[in-house]
Amino acid sequence: MTGLERIRATFEQLKQEKRAAFMPYHAMGYPSRPITLEVISALAEVGADLFEIGIPHSDPLADGPTVQTATYTALTKGTSLADCLAMVRELRASGVKQPFCAMSYYNPLFRYGVERFVQDAVSAGVDGLIVPDLPPEESEDIEAACRAAGLATIYLLAPTSTESRIRMVAQHATGFIYLVSVTGITGARTELPSDLKDFVQRVRKHTNLPLAIGFGISTGSQAAAVAQIAEGVIVGSALVKAAGSEDGVAAVRALGAELAAGSHGLTRV
Amino acid sequence: MKAPINYAAYPDESGHFGPYGGKFVPETLMPALEELEEAYLKARSDKDFMAELAYLQRTFVGRPTPITYAQRLTEHLGGAQIYLKREDLAHTGAHKINNALGQALLMKRKMGKTRIVAETGAGQHGVATATVAALLGIECVVYMGTVDMERQQPNVFRMRLLGTEVRGVESGSKTLKDAINEAIRDWVTNVRDTHYLLGSVLGPHPYPAMVRDFQSIIGHEAVYQMREGEDGPQRLPDVIIACVGGGSNAIGIFHPFLNFENVRLIGVEAGGHGIEGGEHAARFADPKMGRLGVLQGTKSYVLQDDDGQIAATHSISAGLDYASVGPEHAWLRDQGRTEYTYCTDDQALKGFKLLCETEGIIPALESSHAIAHVMELAPKLPKDQIILVNLSGRGDKDLGTVMKVF
Repeated sequence: MTGLERIRATFEQLKQEKRAAFMPYHAMGYPSRPITLEVISALAEVGADLFEIGIPHSDPLADGPTVQTATYTALTKGTSLADCLAMVRELRASGVKQPFCAMSYYNPLFRYGVERFVQDAVSAGVDGLIVPDLPPEESEDIEAACRAAGLATIYLLAPTSTESRIRMVAQHATGFIYLVSVTGITGARTELPSDLKDFVQRVRKHTNLPLAIGFGISTGSQAAAVAQIAEGVIVGSALVKAAGSEDGVAAVRALGAELAAGSHGLTRV
Repeated sequence: MKAPINYAAYPDESGHFGPYGGKFVPETLMPALEELEEAYLKARSDKDFMAELAYLQRTFVGRPTPITYAQRLTEHLGGAQIYLKREDLAHTGAHKINNALGQALLMKRKMGKTRIVAETGAGQHGVATATVAALLGIECVVYMGTVDMERQQPNVFRMRLLGTEVRGVESGSKTLKDAINEAIRDWVTNVRDTHYLLGSVLGPHPYPAMVRDFQSIIGHEAVYQMREGEDGPQRLPDVIIACVGGGSNAIGIFHPFLNFENVRLIGVEAGGHGIEGGEHAARFADPKMGRLGVLQGTKSYVLQDDDGQIAATHSISAGLDYASVGPEHAWLRDQGRTEYTYCTDDQALKGFKLLCETEGIIPALESSHAIAHVMELAPKLPKDQIILVNLSGRGDKDLGTVMKVF
């Protein structure tokens, strides 16, 4: 089975169970390598359906303060792209089965070599790729390499996306589409935007792919609200913050369980 | 003989200069870039818009800026004749106002947005943006690294006087690159009503082309002034020298000269403490760290480590202290049309002092890099050769830095 097929199968399974996917993000290497492995294993146990593996970059221009600080810490501890792939390999060996989507800004991939990265990522156990600063217009090389290797190419859409851009992104995306809930950067917010439903409907007109919503989601009830309109609930900053707190792994486990329950329709909105 | 290159055909429709340039930004910003490009193309062929811009360039900026024959500097160096293109005499004291005015007017007349964000390194672009924002009555926020705020305090005060909010940036190296990150984050968040007034020939398409066009007034004036103007030598120069951070003053003076193939075009990067120790901002001069990459929306040469993390840079001049360089410079260099060299901090300081003493002009530390290269090159050239230097800005803002040295 290719990575793309594994991602499709995950969403297919969830659809039959009438649940949305709980999709946690973690900044790899934060707050340390061992805690990263524990955090992801804990999330896998409490109901994560798909992981976003954040590869640190010195200039994360789409990220808010929480992820900026986390990736900066990871970098100062020497976390490289190769280390991130090694952690994925280790997690696979320890029995984590959920699909992994690598999330990286373009320059680290470009420097590593796009084809070499795709090969190494697949062999480590990565299933899909998200590059937040790479729109379809600039993705020819990456798409070709991912297609050949069976890796999903996941693109983002934003509330500002026009009809013609939604149509174009839908043609390029495989696996699922990542909807950015707000015009803004990553980070927990207290309220979901009121026009989220309209945005989802605008995208649905152009694709049958699963839609996952991220940016700003931090509580079980927010996750539950998102799960009613989309196939996936992405949570980053809130979990990263928990991972960096004093009781790190335990805090992630507790918040992860709450978010999973919300995403899976077990919490009231 | 190779076929002549049609320089005006670049960037191509997708915003690329050969392998450089492009649009590497989050999806949230892609519609804004499309809208900006459309507005810019419309404005360029709109007579009323261009007339208003020309009017403000004359009556507000004080254009055309003169060319000055640097007689005592020429005598001192004993070689080629040296002329200075006096962008330091433009309102606010640097070339940055050419682009700031163009973009702010574009936003006001063609885009229906109400707020500007900008980044600044040396503070010159920030001051220029704050100035045009005051002129046109636009709300303005400028992001500036706290290291730069410290070394360019007068400019911070100027911006505040002009009614702009200056926000200090504490992330990363606390310099220009980090200020750009923060400005982009603000833009992503407020893109519906906010225009990002980027200050150099960097960032995603259409910025490198648009900023170049707004800055090309420098070169257009210089072609006329050198060849036909009463204060010029009645011929084109043999060499043009300009400092290169992002590269907007250099592109501004180079571009109208590209088709004059006999005019050598030399860009001077910031050599900081020297290339070997890695403390510099010379993207073209360091084959180990200066590699093809993507930073802040555009593909170009980027100072980075083996993992693709952006390197910390150093220059005594805040305006040249940046890890990447405009994509068109990288492309022109590949074509063999432009050349790049560098000067260290120490050389730039010597250039600074020499221009003060021989010409009665206090240059910006950025422009002092160009002067430093003139000191190297002019004595080697015969006396009938002509060098034109783009004196991109005045040095009053740098007195704090320079006072610690002299």
